[in-house]
Amino acid sequence: MIGKESTAGRVTKFTFLGLWLLFTVFPLYWITITSLKAPGDIFAFPIAYWPEHFSLENYSGLFGKADFGVYLTNSLIIATVAAAVATVISMLSAYVLARFEFRTKSALLMAALVTQMIPTFIALGPLYLLMTDLKMVDNRLGLILVYIAVCIPFCTVMLRGFFENIPDALEEAAMIDGLSRFGALFRVLLPVMRPGIVAAFIFNFVNCWNELFLSVTLMNSDSNKTVPTALNGFISSFNIDWGSMSAAAVLTILPTMLLFAFASRHIVQGLTAGAVKG
Amino acid sequence: MPTASETTEPKRTAAAGASGNGGARPVRKAQQGRRKPEFTARRGFLITVFMAPAAIFVAVFTYYPMIAGSQMAFRHWNLSDLTDTSWVGLKNFHDVFADPAWGTVLSNTAIWVFGSIVPQLVIGFALALWLRRRFRFRGLYQALVFFPWAISGFLIGILFRWMFNSEFGVVNDLLQKVGLIDEPVAWLADPKTAMFAVVVANVWYGVTFFTIMILAALQSIPEELYEASALDGAGKVRTLFQITIPYIRVTLALTVLLRIIWIFNFPDLIFGMTGGGPNNETHIVTTWMIKITQQGDYGRASALGLIVVATLLVFATFFLLATREKREVKP
Repeated sequence: MIGKESTAGRVTKFTFLGLWLLFTVFPLYWITITSLKAPGDIFAFPIAYWPEHFSLENYSGLFGKADFGVYLTNSLIIATVAAAVATVISMLSAYVLARFEFRTKSALLMAALVTQMIPTFIALGPLYLLMTDLKMVDNRLGLILVYIAVCIPFCTVMLRGFFENIPDALEEAAMIDGLSRFGALFRVLLPVMRPGIVAAFIFNFVNCWNELFLSVTLMNSDSNKTVPTALNGFISSFNIDWGSMSAAAVLTILPTMLLFAFASRHIVQGLTAGAVKG
Repeated sequence: MPTASETTEPKRTAAAGASGNGGARPVRKAQQGRRKPEFTARRGFLITVFMAPAAIFVAVFTYYPMIAGSQMAFRHWNLSDLTDTSWVGLKNFHDVFADPAWGTVLSNTAIWVFGSIVPQLVIGFALALWLRRRFRFRGLYQALVFFPWAISGFLIGILFRWMFNSEFGVVNDLLQKVGLIDEPVAWLADPKTAMFAVVVANVWYGVTFFTIMILAALQSIPEELYEASALDGAGKVRTLFQITIPYIRVTLALTVLLRIIWIFNFPDLIFGMTGGGPNNETHIVTTWMIKITQQGDYGRASALGLIVVATLLVFATFFLLATREKREVKP
């Protein structure tokens, strides 16, 4: 809505924006504050919006009693590798889907859309058996392979939108100048694509980092658990230790939030370029 | 007249979105016509090689398990007795529909999907319209407001479970301070309020996606359209319904479709927040499926999974057909 903005309009706008900001940020503030209270103070009444004394006890507990460091490392390795490989593979398929017309193309795109409709739980049993056959149950590589497959469909559609926004003439020129198709792809196209690639990687990373059900099914030994699996372990008992839980939540949220903070611009462009044309 | 700082900055994205795309297609078609006869074999080879990794991964780790899982839906497949995995036809489907809780599960799913998507769309749209115009700290504002999208649904469930806690929850405390309630409400113990609470959490999470998608689509609307509309003396509401919405219709339709599919198929948040309780009253179809899996009845869970896929397929087909005609008219 471009055009003149009335004072009333501005007031409405900033009131709304302010309220929404409060609503968005408050839960994050609250979990952080909870994690920094001494375990006893968490259940103190009246509720303290700003604790009298801060304590890192909940955090030290996580690394002392539980192996939270191990879970974080596992998640970091698995999410990074899976996201990187999925991005590369998706780039190839996105390139083909954006640049060529061929008979099976619409079927492939439809197949990508259908993957979004499949509930994880229908595939869990057979997937577990398959991974058993491949000797990859409770194995980080195994989970990485599964995550790659989970990331590919949406990532391909997203990157395809990006490729479509880049004029063909760019590669044509490079190829006329003597580069091969691969040369043109890697040396000319990819640098232009960088924002899209960054967005795709981040999106994949966040998805893998946050995934719960596949990880719970495929990773059973404690040394192989990922962060969401560990969190799930915290609530499986009836009494939740809210102190440890909130500290663990903060540690889980922090990495993806930092990624978002650094790259929110890329994400806006990346998600849209892909999905608008999808 | 908008001053320089007040106008949006559609330059970069709009160039990529509108002219870049509009220009790319005809050029490509023309060039392909020229290139095609010479390199048909090589083209085929390249397409195959480039598609292969993605196709193999998805086929092996998504489609194969799904199809293998589907046949369980027609068998007796229960962890309590794995010696008997005989064919039972449609019995599992019958059991799903005959379950007394099924009606609740279905109506919960409807509340979950529509109760979440409508506020997400409306708030997301409003945010996008307002974020379109530059203002001080807009970058920071966006970064902060986009954070929920970086968090897992499961963790969001836990976050809101803590806030809605009846004894120590901050929601009760705040509402009492403001005077909206007199005494603490047991949000997650009462079916009505529990369903409301999970939807609130989902709205918190999902608005971002709409904002992002709509914001970028808005940036592809040519400024001239608004200028013309202003010259014609159209008010804000008319401009919104006659220019903005028609122009971004395709994005809107696809975003709504994708989100409905995702929300329908999103047990994580409810799983973390209420686990389907109290007394099954917040179960949606996919959390119900988790529960049945945990009880070991894989046959019935698979039947439920097939029902989900079929429902979403039918829905997506109708949705795409309904929005198709407009899609060809608009860019």
